[in-house]
Amino acid sequence: MSIKTYTSVDKYADVPYEGKERLFLEVKNDPRYKDYLFGCYECGICVAVCPSARFYDFSPRKITQGLAREDINLFYEHLNDSVWDCSQCFSCLKCPRGNNPGGLITIMREVSVRNGLTSAKQALEGYTRIIYKIMSTGTQVSPDMIRPEAFPDWGPTAEETADNLELWRRAMPPETMHTTSASWEVSEKTLTELYLIWHLTGVMDMIKTLNESLYMILVDVMEEKLEESGYKA
Amino acid sequence: MIPQEALKKTKREFRPDPANAPTEDMHEKVLELEAKGEWIVHRVPEPYIELDTKYGRKKKLPLQHTWHHKSCGQCGHIPGYSTSIFWLHRQLGMEYNDPTDQTSCTAWNYYASATSNAAAQAAVAMRNFAAAYESGYFPQIHCATSYGHYKEVREEMVHHPELRARVREIMAKMGKPLVMPEEIVHYSEWVYAVRHEIAKRQVLDLSSIIVTVHPACHYYKLVQEDAIYDPDVYGGQRTAVVTAVAQALGAKVADYSTWFDCCGFGFRHILVQRDFSRSFAVQRKIEVMRDEANPDVTLTHDTGCVTTLDKSQFAPNAHVDPEKRKAAIPVLSEAQFAALAMGAHPYRVCQLHWHAADYRPLLEKMGIDWKEAWREFEDDLEQLRKDPKASLTWEDADKGRQVHASHGGH
Repeated sequence: MSIKTYTSVDKYADVPYEGKERLFLEVKNDPRYKDYLFGCYECGICVAVCPSARFYDFSPRKITQGLAREDINLFYEHLNDSVWDCSQCFSCLKCPRGNNPGGLITIMREVSVRNGLTSAKQALEGYTRIIYKIMSTGTQVSPDMIRPEAFPDWGPTAEETADNLELWRRAMPPETMHTTSASWEVSEKTLTELYLIWHLTGVMDMIKTLNESLYMILVDVMEEKLEESGYKA
Repeated sequence: MIPQEALKKTKREFRPDPANAPTEDMHEKVLELEAKGEWIVHRVPEPYIELDTKYGRKKKLPLQHTWHHKSCGQCGHIPGYSTSIFWLHRQLGMEYNDPTDQTSCTAWNYYASATSNAAAQAAVAMRNFAAAYESGYFPQIHCATSYGHYKEVREEMVHHPELRARVREIMAKMGKPLVMPEEIVHYSEWVYAVRHEIAKRQVLDLSSIIVTVHPACHYYKLVQEDAIYDPDVYGGQRTAVVTAVAQALGAKVADYSTWFDCCGFGFRHILVQRDFSRSFAVQRKIEVMRDEANPDVTLTHDTGCVTTLDKSQFAPNAHVDPEKRKAAIPVLSEAQFAALAMGAHPYRVCQLHWHAADYRPLLEKMGIDWKEAWREFEDDLEQLRKDPKASLTWEDADKGRQVHASHGGH
């Protein structure tokens, strides 16, 4: 009787193994990795609580198992095909081993963006205007983003809000919230400090790899303010 | 679906014991690092009260002198949420600071796109904490994701000296000290702490209002420690915030079997891949609430949760025969609900016109004449149209309302 040895199916066989391994090691060498992975005994609690697992072919258990076993091919497959389905709710912190599958996925996503993987660029294709908003204005979303063409599924409120935006924004008492292009008034000095953080921590390099046009626009906005304030990034 | 009664059948008792807590005490770690000269600990100002957290440790909750760390999604898309938080502080005479020296926590983008890294996220957090420290006011955080993320940052900063060193260097370039608050405080913990004071000022009878509560994942799942648990609320088995407020106001809190489920926000999904968010929100939360509890309102305490549950109910109507279409469940923050209970204007303060799910039946059941309130608000709008530089003031917000006198915040 022969015993079949289990091996993972290599969906990305055309990608050099060394390249996949380098990416795996970049994940493993992240300082947070050892805080997030203690070994998985496949109980499946993370899958049971996971909202993404109900709608996508997605399994925090498999991703964590793949990392714990250091299955390079499986890791690479998850890096490309799975990590962007995660809803980052951290329900998976229910893990009885104290693993953090959501946190491991966060690290994998960072590595994916930093290395300019096509799958990351595709996942974030429709999202770049949000990146521009947070990086340049200091607030993640803004009132003027509620447009019926952007949120047709939100019903008639989207159109009503867009039609009355400037007036409705003045019709609320908090003085910092009479804004339309940012969620609240962020001071110039604060914004400049935020730009300094993006430059000093390597985030601008990540943006450049992800989307060169977005990078150029952001650099234009930021460098002038940084120079005016006498900061050297 | 598991029947609700089966979920409650247990003879086990859970008695939190801080001596046997499965997590380390972050307070000790934070203070140890201060003693070593690593950072300044921004102490919780008096007056504060002590609340119980999940494993029985105490958390200091400042009642006033708070620096309001605002939420992008609240201020941008559901402004009645932030306005109600400020209004409650003003009604209770609790002094606060609403700063412009505050950035987003940037966690929504981080969880959506990972176009950032641990150092940037920590630097953003510490910059905001330093700004609060410099102002003399203690940070109170409006968004549950900001709150959960900042707890995550605190863990990373405590455990990774190289990260601390890097962030200290970045702060130094801005002339800012490295500051860690003694506590990381969510606004819903403040509302929980003052719920009886709110109830004393209540002008509406809510005894006929059925409420379901949706707790925010990032409040109690992301770094589980620090969330408020109360043996008198769910027997200490679930986080007490929001529920305790609804109970203090005399509303009936109804249970449902998917209480612990996420709302389906998804960070990136809610903005650019909403088929997931609205499917999950409707099928796992809204329809279950309706079938099992039939609430008049669902209350929650997070930006993303209000957004997802409120905005996701319109599109699924396309699947339903108009004759059989059931009413939407209005979605409010508990801050807005508490403000309404105290007589706040539904439009000037709670800004309900920004909400999608129909809230009017709820207001009618609460005894609020929303037609008259809308007429008053339309008069306000007419005045504002005449003067493009004018805006509604806090005094305007309470014109003609039966509320207690306002006190200042700034």
